[in-house]
Amino acid sequence: MTLPAGRVRPVVRAPDAILSTRCDEVDPRSPSVAQLAADLLATQAVSPGCVGLAANQVGVAARVFSVDVSVHPKTRASHGAFVLVNPRIDEASRNEKGREGCMSVPDLTGDVKRATRLVVVGYAPGTGVEVVITTDAFEARAIQHEIDHIDGLIFIDRVAGAHALFPRRRYL
Amino acid sequence: MPQLAITVLGHDRPGIIAAVTSALAEHGGNIEDSSMTLLRGHFAMTLIVSTEASSSEIERVLVERLPVDLLVAVRAVPPELDSGPVGDAYVVTVHGGDRAGIVAGVTQVLADVGGNITDLTTRLTGSLYVVVAEVELPSSVDVPALSDALTARAHELGVEATLRPAETDVL
Repeated sequence: MTLPAGRVRPVVRAPDAILSTRCDEVDPRSPSVAQLAADLLATQAVSPGCVGLAANQVGVAARVFSVDVSVHPKTRASHGAFVLVNPRIDEASRNEKGREGCMSVPDLTGDVKRATRLVVVGYAPGTGVEVVITTDAFEARAIQHEIDHIDGLIFIDRVAGAHALFPRRRYL
Repeated sequence: MPQLAITVLGHDRPGIIAAVTSALAEHGGNIEDSSMTLLRGHFAMTLIVSTEASSSEIERVLVERLPVDLLVAVRAVPPELDSGPVGDAYVVTVHGGDRAGIVAGVTQVLADVGGNITDLTTRLTGSLYVVVAEVELPSSVDVPALSDALTARAHELGVEATLRPAETDVL
């Protein structure tokens, strides 16, 4: 099933309360979820350096996120641009610390420990087909970052310590 | 050897550290510990220095050497023994809309249970205020209850708080 045409949506920034809201499960087959999925992919595609986007980052408290790490240099496994609905982590292992940023926290980055081997299960928007993604490295990090979002957490909630938060360098 | 606590603070420019530390070195000062960082355009140095020179002598030398607008303070301090940790290490994160009283409100909850903050950083970007604190909690602390108390206090302040164990990897 193909998704409808996506619209670029504005991305909310911390301290917006929706970023601290645990999002609700939704019906992956509903047309509104298919539209949301298309909008996430469209918004991510026009945002430089954006490797993932959660529904509450565009103002919708639904357990839906998009990821696309395919052009990132830290990527090993990549499943291209995709959206998962109602995801759950089945296996997570081999934690490593890495630097993360976020479109909703544009001026800071932080060191966060994440599993580098990950199995995540969710549903495809539109068809509702169950999807199992086994991945590693940067895609695993991006997926965990997005699942944190829909649990109401941002990377700042997981920074490793008082010296693990940094101003984001801007080269523009 | 006697120890001095030295603070230097003022408008940032190249050469502050070089000027301070060369003056200290010439007077036999050994920097035992330090924190030097930029705070909203002000460069701030805090040093513990062991030296036989007196606090008044070091202060006089620094004031002579440094640009007049820098604040310099030198005090003799008793040597502190490195005490072991008082308990388990945790990280507290707070983020939300900027307002007065966030650090005070959250750190009081930690102080009330005997938590000892060993490091704390704050950041303000736009309207987002962030606090990350490393805290040692006595083993008698009821950690889930403390987590609930932090969340309740944070919500009174309109912010979010997270308490979790610090992960210390020894390689």
